[in-house]
Amino acid sequence: MFQPSPWRADFPAIAALQRQHQTYLDSAATTQKPQVLLDTLSHYYSHGAANVHRAQHLPGALATQAFERSREKVAAWLNASDTQQIVFTHGATSALNLLAYGLEGLFEAGDEIAVSALEHHANLLPWQQLARRRGLKLVVLPLDSRGLIDLELALQLIGPRTRLLAVSQLSNVLGAWQPLAPLLAHAHAQGCLTVVDGAQGVVHDRQDMQQLGCDFYVFSSHKLYGPDGVGVLYGRTQALARLHHWQFGGEMVQVADYHDASFRSAPLGFEAGTPPIAGVIGLGASLDYLTGLDAQAVAEHEAGLHRYLLRGLSDREGIRLLGQPNLALASFVVEGVHNADLAHLLTEQGIAVRAGHHCAMPLLKGLGLDGAIRVSLGLYNDSDDLQRFFEALDQALELLR
Amino acid sequence: MSLSASARDALASFEQAAGWEQRARLLMQWGERLEPLEDGQKSEANRVHGCESQVWLVAEQHDGQWRFKGASDARIIRGLLALLLIRVEGLSSAELAQLDLPGWFNQLGLGRQLSPSRSNGLNAVLQRMAQLAAGA
Repeated sequence: MFQPSPWRADFPAIAALQRQHQTYLDSAATTQKPQVLLDTLSHYYSHGAANVHRAQHLPGALATQAFERSREKVAAWLNASDTQQIVFTHGATSALNLLAYGLEGLFEAGDEIAVSALEHHANLLPWQQLARRRGLKLVVLPLDSRGLIDLELALQLIGPRTRLLAVSQLSNVLGAWQPLAPLLAHAHAQGCLTVVDGAQGVVHDRQDMQQLGCDFYVFSSHKLYGPDGVGVLYGRTQALARLHHWQFGGEMVQVADYHDASFRSAPLGFEAGTPPIAGVIGLGASLDYLTGLDAQAVAEHEAGLHRYLLRGLSDREGIRLLGQPNLALASFVVEGVHNADLAHLLTEQGIAVRAGHHCAMPLLKGLGLDGAIRVSLGLYNDSDDLQRFFEALDQALELLR
Repeated sequence: MSLSASARDALASFEQAAGWEQRARLLMQWGERLEPLEDGQKSEANRVHGCESQVWLVAEQHDGQWRFKGASDARIIRGLLALLLIRVEGLSSAELAQLDLPGWFNQLGLGRQLSPSRSNGLNAVLQRMAQLAAGA
């Protein structure tokens, strides 16, 4: 049965892609943008751009106002208790690097950092490199057969030496919610700081920072139907206070002399240089758009498409799913078929899916694979998109087998 | 530069190919013709990085003429490799440096395989080939 997306027409790029015979199923990499975002960017640039937190003039005041309104919208979207807990960065990766450098001083040689085996490189490499700089031990929490962090082992591995736990909420390869609540509770009981990579998780459910109870939460705007070049770092007020300043320059400074300077606290103290002003304002517009949607209807739509995707994959012979995805995406390999060949033939047929290691090389290696194909869904996808994907998949497999 | 007999052969068959399916079939057929590498040649030193699949490239020079051998565990890139190798077979370094390889793939109707976002590795193979030839 055809399952339309009631929001498809809100995203002009979907129709443009369709005119080029492209079916977009790579939203976990980046999303298409709603018209209201395009209008907001165009309005900002056509009505007078200005730098924020600097000038007294009217354009500067208006830009600063719009920029700070976005901070309020992000805080509301995450149910953060205070707007000042929201730091804008240039992406999720830069937010995680900010944390790895900003927290560096808290570690002593021999301390441990725990990450999970499914981390995206962005939430692995900053910690790995921090561990190498400071002589720390990086502990990797293993996965169970379903692709979830093995809770029993994790609770043993996170101990009194663990100073920080960094885990992803929803894997970009395995598409399963991780058991964050018991992990975070245990980590806090051990006195360890917690970082949640919400790059995928923030897109598929409303997140409540006061309920989740992590110290830091990170996501990127472009996966949440917002502009690229913008990331968000949420931090509990006490946790933000422990961060050392990392990048210097611009309005993050309080008083500067040739040989000394003092710096602002969060958030401005961590927004060195000119921030991505239009992008931040645009993210606010995307959040307004998302806030206006019927969350229940969106969740049901995504769940329906995901069921259809899983059913179609399991109906076909020789397809091995990676993990047990609950939502948003599915990664798979086909027995006897190289994923690069399959990716090539899907591309030839205008199917935009992702192939390869998905920026999680150690995870793929752990699964004994050098790559996989990932189909990921956005709220604009409909069942025809998946139908076209399955037809292309059948054609490709016929050629390859 | 004149084409070898097998390059002319390839050009003729790709020029006649109608549509992506036929091109894909041809690519896989040409890939099967690739002379296999010895196991010892599938070494880390011969690996071409930057490909989604494993690709190896070996260069030998006899009497000033280049002879390349290549292999991959994926079939499409194997075909692309085969089409590349028949074009450069027996060229001197000077001829190789002048050769318009993107033009060759365009002639075959495979120009899109060289777009920067393609991770099939053909770009990486061309770069590696140029490095190997320049280093000799």
